Amino acid sequence: MKRITIDPITRLEGHGKIEIFLNDEGDVANAYFMIPELRGFERFCVGRPAEEMPRITNRICGVCPEAHHMASTKALDALFHVEPSSAVKKLREMFYSAFYVTDHTTHFYALGGPDFVLGPDAPAAERNILGVIHKVGVEIGKQVIDCRQRNHHVIEMLGGRGVHPVAGMPGGWSRAITEEERQEIEEIAKANVDFALFSLKLFEDIVLGNQEYVDMILSDAYTHRTYYMGTVDEHNHVNFYDGMIRVVDPDGKEFVKYHPKDYTQHVAEHVEPWTYLKFPYLKAVGWKGFVDGKDSGVYCATPLSRLNAADGMATPRAREAYEKMYETLGSKKVNGRYQPVHYRLATHWARLIELLYAAERMLELIQDPEITDPNVRVEVTSTPDEGVGCVEAPRGTLTHHYWTDENGILTRVNLIVGTTNNYAPIAMSVKKAAQSLIKKGTVITDGLLNRIEMAFRAYDPCMACATHSLPGQMPLEVTIYDAQGRVVERLSQYVERV
Amino acid sequence: MADKGKFAMYWAASCGGCEIAVLNIGEKILDVDANFDIVFWPCAADFKYKDVEGYPDGYIDLCLFNGAIRTSENEEMAHLLRQKSKILVAFGSCAYEGCIPALANLTSKEAIFRTAYLESPSTENPDGVLPQPVTQVPEGELHIPEFYETVKSLDQVVSVDYYIPGCPPEPHQIIAVLDAIIQGAELPPPGSIIGAGTVAVCEECPLEKHEKAIKRIYRPYEKRPEPGICLLEQGIICLGPATRSGCGARCPQVGMGCRGCYGPLDGVEDQGAKFLSAIASVIDVGEPGGEEADLDREIEAVMESLADPAGTFYRFSMAHSLLRRARVNGSGDGEGGTA
Ligand code: SF4
Ligand code: SF4
Ligand code: SF4
Repeated sequence: MKRITIDPITRLEGHGKIEIFLNDEGDVANAYFMIPELRGFERFCVGRPAEEMPRITNRICGVCPEAHHMASTKALDALFHVEPSSAVKKLREMFYSAFYVTDHTTHFYALGGPDFVLGPDAPAAERNILGVIHKVGVEIGKQVIDCRQRNHHVIEMLGGRGVHPVAGMPGGWSRAITEEERQEIEEIAKANVDFALFSLKLFEDIVLGNQEYVDMILSDAYTHRTYYMGTVDEHNHVNFYDGMIRVVDPDGKEFVKYHPKDYTQHVAEHVEPWTYLKFPYLKAVGWKGFVDGKDSGVYCATPLSRLNAADGMATPRAREAYEKMYETLGSKKVNGRYQPVHYRLATHWARLIELLYAAERMLELIQDPEITDPNVRVEVTSTPDEGVGCVEAPRGTLTHHYWTDENGILTRVNLIVGTTNNYAPIAMSVKKAAQSLIKKGTVITDGLLNRIEMAFRAYDPCMACATHSLPGQMPLEVTIYDAQGRVVERLSQYVERV
Repeated sequence: MADKGKFAMYWAASCGGCEIAVLNIGEKILDVDANFDIVFWPCAADFKYKDVEGYPDGYIDLCLFNGAIRTSENEEMAHLLRQKSKILVAFGSCAYEGCIPALANLTSKEAIFRTAYLESPSTENPDGVLPQPVTQVPEGELHIPEFYETVKSLDQVVSVDYYIPGCPPEPHQIIAVLDAIIQGAELPPPGSIIGAGTVAVCEECPLEKHEKAIKRIYRPYEKRPEPGICLLEQGIICLGPATRSGCGARCPQVGMGCRGCYGPLDGVEDQGAKFLSAIASVIDVGEPGGEEADLDREIEAVMESLADPAGTFYRFSMAHSLLRRARVNGSGDGEGGTA
């Protein structure tokens, strides 16, 4: 059996590696997406004081430390039985919205964007953020850099640090904002709304205006019918900071809606010996392997999943953009809500709709009179025991679950991290793309490898490189062995650099 | 035009925050681009292991290495990059001193696996499957790196030229180092710490300091600090006195005690021991001339109010500390028993 090794792809909460096996006919027999890393937070946090967790668990990921910080802080609310004031909730959600704006921006322009703006078959050396800037102009490139910088400024102002914030505490936040700072942030939020609208327009012009891309989005190679998960508010609208977890089936019917604290009743994780990462699935359906459809417990938790799981968006312009996407992709309304979109590449579009929502939400919150309430800390008096905290990380539902002794020293920790939710679907997407694209006698070209990459890039798996890369490529290398295991060919999708 | 230098950046067991910190230098990244050819940087450029293997020894002028050494793959990359680099920098707290991932040295590999794959409440693993370095699948053999018992810093596996502290290093510090190198400034002797200050975080901290006298220690949520006043003297743990400056005292300024991510001060091998002596000196031991036994009792009482000394004093420096790791007798997870 021939083997194609892709190593390294860069991180997915660490590093990643793909093994593709070809059968004697030259077709793809199987593909494995392997994660060669584990750090053991669930164990080594035991014995630590619970209140330190927002500052310890953000080191799980430097790309979305704000998400871990927030899930952890909310777990402390529950653990210490303190309900944050509405001012605190608004302050946290405003901070979190700024984070979403910067995170989704970098993914679109540095990672997903190049494939569309320049095309999947463009020379590899150009398919990066610099290439995007060339194509769309330096002015726009500057806007992207500005957007990241102004939102990182908000993150540092409120969280203490640009990376790895420190301000979360049980029931509160360690720092309030002044009226002067509020005004500054309001201007930033306005600029974010403009930038999000501009980005959606860019996507529509470049992608939807090109039939080839539209066909690619709609093609079977990038389609999976799975369950979808996302957090919704009381109106079943998408919410990043708080709400109930809603899961819909592949036909769009609500499968379950549960409180985050009940996650173990609904989600379980499967272990394979060839990877350090576990595979979450819906417990009620069961683990049936790497297959999609209603009978498989595989679910997905991405921007597209959140939109699929919700009835709509909570802010006006994002709502318009949402409806436009579902209409354009031919989704029908059943019982008042759109049926799920199963095209994985549409995740990029969904991400931009979320970008607009985050920007609008940030503006709403910063204009709320309560946002400058100086009283952002509460006294903690009750005995801690157990608590679950959950937010929507950009890459999926993020759950932190802590148990402590009566002194608040951790005795047990369980975490289900954003990207982990999508591990099975990503593995399936890689395999399906490989199967669709590599057939007997296929010449493995640079563009072909890029199209396999695109299968997992849509998920924005938490590869630090992926979301924040400068030239913006995941290095892929393919090695082809003959039946004796000798290397017959090595291919890189990247041309030599000059 | 003079030849550009060759630049590399790599992550081992890293969270990626160090790369974000480099990208957060903003337009300065264009200076790097103008002065260096990037020859390896999985985060930003498309070179692969085999490219690095093909470079002559010493080909890379400057290599920023972040992340701790947790697996066999991390260690192999450390050796490879050492061989290929003229200047190898331990970048960030993980590479420098183990950082948060090295808190795993307070437990054991066996306990970590048991927790993650067997005992987690969301895991269903009736057959007790654990990840294996080699797995036979119907189509062939699959390999993943070996997970080590102990997390190490970079200099515990290869020799290191410079250290840039911080979790992650602050962008203004990174800019200072890159500017110095780009301008061809004379570099300090190998083994030096660069991109940081030489005094304690307290010296950079704008909070007002008085005579300190701690009667007890408060957990951060137990006390609303009085604004503008040193946290430590209010009884809130702050590692500022035992931590190298450079960050601009970021955490105390939003009301949170420093946790020491910039590592120990010059000449101090063990940050935790240094902090212990700092805190002992501020404990209010009553009237001078009291009985020594009373004094000891006072100190003990205050220290008892401190939760988790090991995980607090060595939050970032476990791998580099004199402690290095908890003795793995039994499972090393505080539960006794065999590994
Ligand atoms: S030093 Fe901090 S920011 Fe850098 S890799 Fe380690 S945990 Fe992440
Ligand atoms: S102990 Fe902390 S709060 Fe006090 S001066 Fe030093 S750094 Fe500032
Ligand atoms: S105050 Fe301490 S923990 Fe915070 S950034 Fe500075 S050195 Fe790191």
